Amino acid sequence: MDRMPAWADVVLIPLISLILAAILSALAILAIGESPAEAFYLMVDGALMRSSGWGYTLYYATNFIFTGLAVSVAFHAKLFNIGGEGQAALGGLGVALACLYIPWPHWSLALLGSAVGAAAFGALWALIPAYLQAKRGSHIVITTIMFNFIAAALLNYLLVNVLRPVGAMEPASASFAAATHLPTFQSMFSSEGNTLFRGSPANITFFIALIACVFVWLLIWRSKLGYEIRSQGYSESGAKYAGISPSRIIIIAMLISGALSGMMGVNATQGAAGRLILNSAEGAGFIGIAVALMGRNHPFGVLLASLLFGFLYQGGAELAMWTSIPRELIIVIQALVILFTGALDNMVRWPLEALFARLRKKEA
Amino acid sequence: MTDSAPAIELKGISKAFGPVQANKDISIRVMPGTIHGIIGENGAGKSTLMSILYGFYKADAGEIWINGKKTAITDSQSAIAAGIGMVFQHFKLVENFSVVENVILGAEDGAFLRPSIAKARKSLKKLADEYELSVDPDALIEHLSVGHQQRVEILKALYREADILILDEPTGVLTPAEADHLFRILDNLRKEGKTIILITHKLREIMEITDTVSVMRRSEMTATVKTSETSPEHLAELMVGRKVLLRVDKVPATPGETVLSVKDLRVIDDKGVERVKGISFDIRAGEILGIAGVAGNGQSEVMNVLGGIMDATGTITMNGKPVPLSGKAADGQSRRAIGIAHVPEDRQREGLIMEFTAWENTVFGYHLDPQWQSGPLMNNAAIQKEAAGKMQRFDVRPPDPNLKAKNFSGGNQQKVVLAREIERNPDLLLVGQPTRGVDIGAIEFIHQEIVRLRDQGKAILLVSVELDEIMSLSDRIAVMFDGKVMGFREPATTDERELGLMMAGISGEPGTEDWKAVDENLTALEHGETPTHG
Amino acid sequence: MDLNTILQVLDSTVRLGTPLLLMCLAGLFSERAGIVDIGLEGKALVAAFFSAAIAYSTGSLMLGLLAGILSSLVLSLIHGVASITFRGNQLISGVALNFLASGLTVLIAQDWFGQGGRTPSLGDVRFHELTLPFAEALRPVPVIGPIYYDLISGHSILVYVAFLCVPVTWWVLYRTRFGLRLRAVGENPAAVDTAGISVVRLRFSAIIIAGVLCGLAGSYLATALQAGFVKEMTAGRGYIALAALIFAKWRPWYALSATMLFGLLQAVALRYQNIDLGGFIIPVQFMNALPYILTIVILAGFVGAANPPRAGGDPYVKER
Repeated sequence: MDRMPAWADVVLIPLISLILAAILSALAILAIGESPAEAFYLMVDGALMRSSGWGYTLYYATNFIFTGLAVSVAFHAKLFNIGGEGQAALGGLGVALACLYIPWPHWSLALLGSAVGAAAFGALWALIPAYLQAKRGSHIVITTIMFNFIAAALLNYLLVNVLRPVGAMEPASASFAAATHLPTFQSMFSSEGNTLFRGSPANITFFIALIACVFVWLLIWRSKLGYEIRSQGYSESGAKYAGISPSRIIIIAMLISGALSGMMGVNATQGAAGRLILNSAEGAGFIGIAVALMGRNHPFGVLLASLLFGFLYQGGAELAMWTSIPRELIIVIQALVILFTGALDNMVRWPLEALFARLRKKEA
Repeated sequence: MTDSAPAIELKGISKAFGPVQANKDISIRVMPGTIHGIIGENGAGKSTLMSILYGFYKADAGEIWINGKKTAITDSQSAIAAGIGMVFQHFKLVENFSVVENVILGAEDGAFLRPSIAKARKSLKKLADEYELSVDPDALIEHLSVGHQQRVEILKALYREADILILDEPTGVLTPAEADHLFRILDNLRKEGKTIILITHKLREIMEITDTVSVMRRSEMTATVKTSETSPEHLAELMVGRKVLLRVDKVPATPGETVLSVKDLRVIDDKGVERVKGISFDIRAGEILGIAGVAGNGQSEVMNVLGGIMDATGTITMNGKPVPLSGKAADGQSRRAIGIAHVPEDRQREGLIMEFTAWENTVFGYHLDPQWQSGPLMNNAAIQKEAAGKMQRFDVRPPDPNLKAKNFSGGNQQKVVLAREIERNPDLLLVGQPTRGVDIGAIEFIHQEIVRLRDQGKAILLVSVELDEIMSLSDRIAVMFDGKVMGFREPATTDERELGLMMAGISGEPGTEDWKAVDENLTALEHGETPTHG
Repeated sequence: MDLNTILQVLDSTVRLGTPLLLMCLAGLFSERAGIVDIGLEGKALVAAFFSAAIAYSTGSLMLGLLAGILSSLVLSLIHGVASITFRGNQLISGVALNFLASGLTVLIAQDWFGQGGRTPSLGDVRFHELTLPFAEALRPVPVIGPIYYDLISGHSILVYVAFLCVPVTWWVLYRTRFGLRLRAVGENPAAVDTAGISVVRLRFSAIIIAGVLCGLAGSYLATALQAGFVKEMTAGRGYIALAALIFAKWRPWYALSATMLFGLLQAVALRYQNIDLGGFIIPVQFMNALPYILTIVILAGFVGAANPPRAGGDPYVKER
């Protein structure tokens, strides 16, 4: 028998991990000399109580959905893709090239084009580590870390030396043409006299992220390819026996993962910034790890975890504005979530399993 | 000596792993200077018991007495201090360390290595002379043969001045001749006054070397007897709990057309070692060809090539058509497409995905079949229905398709695999170690299913390290040694003694075996030379 | 290029290579014991902050160094608890610790000093450059003089400690009982366990050594190479050290060469920015990325295989 009911594994463990992370964060806030309750109130107020706050929360969540799904898909093939940051940065480049050099007649076509660019560039950046893992056994964690740095150097070079408009000081591309601007939530949901999501960056890409969730769910649990990806993830020797080529699965899973990471470029670069800037991925590639771990590699879990982190990000910005708590608090919370849901999983799991074993004995 | 205190006395040992009770209230006494056998089926709890004695696991209840003194054995350290050494079934050696480094690990003299190594060298030489245990102290473990690696394990124990030596299934990986050499070593050790516990599931070994024997069944100790006062039949009955059918009921085979033809098959593994060195054989419809051999002599590779897991060179035809031996056209999918089904040797690592449910495993390997698809997605409802039917027909217990494979017993896991592969109605069935780790009731069922498929006119290739199984199931037997087929025999006209010789690389006529030559042959092999006989 | 320029670049190589070397040796101890450590960066970062912060607050360099080492040790122990005690994923633990360090240092720096995540300048409270004996006297001697004076002499004590760590590491690893056991536990922990040695204790020892070495590396950054802590001052050095470790095939002397090679790349990038090779310009970004690119090439197995310790990354569970 499994040691615990499935619901405990899926709901209880992440929840307890989250509470532990929250307690430690509260202690950190106390240590700074602020009130955790007040900080929480500020965060809720800033992120959830106004539509513009939601506009930011959902904007961040969109990024995290893409990168979280990316990490999840790779995890199902037992690959730890830590290179989401670099893949997202390249995705941003793909978006920028599509938006800068093709005269799109309408935003919908531009969206299509930039999505293809984002996915293709993200996938491309995952391809080399994937190939090296599949064919030469180079550890994907190390290679994807290295590729993050190489991506940063590459974008730095391109923005400084190639894409920067003549005379501009800032290492950023030119602004995209107005025809490529995506509909924002403000323009989509505001009515006359009632402006919603004012000034916030949330845009239509959020719905694409939701579609991506459904797509990943179908892919992993309902498709042949997903069956093969999960087989390979659980047992490579099993996959070989079944005639599933491990190297093919590694490469395909990483391509999908890289493409998903790259897709966040549509949201950040085209949807929000309207031009390619340095560090366009803003660390979202790494948050994808926390989101995937918390979401138990399930798209629905990823969606919830992304919303949570979107809230934390927006709330954290509010905190930094109104209190002496710097934005870096969010990085600490993110670290704690990764630590508890990822590395210290057994610290929560073992006592719970013992508890359930005792309950079961009592019943029997 | 008989009136001295027992070297080992276990009193009321119990141990559970979660809900699984591995040892129930077990007590034994072993007198010094004797060899005590512990026999029982796979999973009877023998290894767990000995791991407790060696401090690898902690018992939930019970006492351990060594040389008449109650001894607390909390970890391996205290077991070693109490004079206990253990040779595990899977050796615990550091592969890229030298022999001498492995021997001193944990038994160093002082904080610096040089003096320890010098001392160990001397000591190894002495032990080698004393007990026929010679090994090159500077050789790396990964370059040694299995037999020599085992010697290193024994040397490790003796270097720690163990008086009590536990060996867990020591002959599983050895040829009969190597096993004989081991038994000579054990005999020497007994003469020196050492106490030895030998865990095995082979009756022959118990009869050959032990003084006393305990039988374990389902986590309990069912009997302890003097070896001289018992018989193999009696022990078998004690092991299984009822009379055992040692032979499978089957009618003589009526072979038809040749289904599979293998010519000059060669396999080179990832490390560049030639594992199969040009073998040829045919299998006809309605016959079972059994491949006998000590594990690691190329049988697994033959299975893997036929199953599409490994590449090879040579010629294979199936129903007269050539079979590709490398590249995409030689993968498991292509093999299934031409009517080859495969029950792999290691069901937990290959045949099943342990984290998948039973129903997901029902189509493993056949998951691309159109009948399991609906549009771009998989037709899970159809697969679940199929799984329920298969589990009923093959009496899988519990018959719950939603249970994960890891939660079934070994026998029931094997039935899930068999149901999947046999019901494909293949022209050729590859079966590796069909009953390894399977309880006795399931063994009979599995053997019957294999014979039934044969009687339907299918070709079957059986690989097993259990000679009994080979003898009772096969219509023809090929013996493999060192990547080559030593010869073909028929069960009616051969015996285990002849097969055993062939498994050691000697294909001499009955009655002419020369044990000295066998030993020389083996020594040559261990040093990577070509044997002169065979 | 004259001797003087070469010496300046090499001098800078030693300065920049030293933190890499310390972190690389830290990784070596950890990974040789079977614990993969991608948290080198984070450990060095907290050490950099606490060494600078405490040195500034107390005016004592030694207390600063101690604080740096202790803070790094705390992270090490969290890694140990996660990956050894609770058999968690070592990679994930390392990632988490890097983020923890990156967030906490700024959070605390802001709280303590209110300067946007940095410490005030240490001024004079930092490791000074030592002048080795006879350096002044030998200086006029051609070639040898400048090499001795500029390159070998004139570094902080931590640089010499780092270089000394190389032979010491080699000796510990290959000539002592502890080293034998350490290497064994990274290859086959079951062999160590059945030999009556505690796997947990050995692995924790290795992790503690790694913590101390990362602590030295971080302290060096903030109190010797620079005079104070700035946000993210490790700047990916922990990852470069990890790359160097692979480059070095987990061996001490190779670690020295690999880290000095990467130090040289950094020194060249720092001095020359864009390098003009007769019309063809090597951009500075390429120089910065070169350590990573070289590591990929090594990992791809085009320049000899990289064989990590076999038990690396796997928590030890007794088999049933």
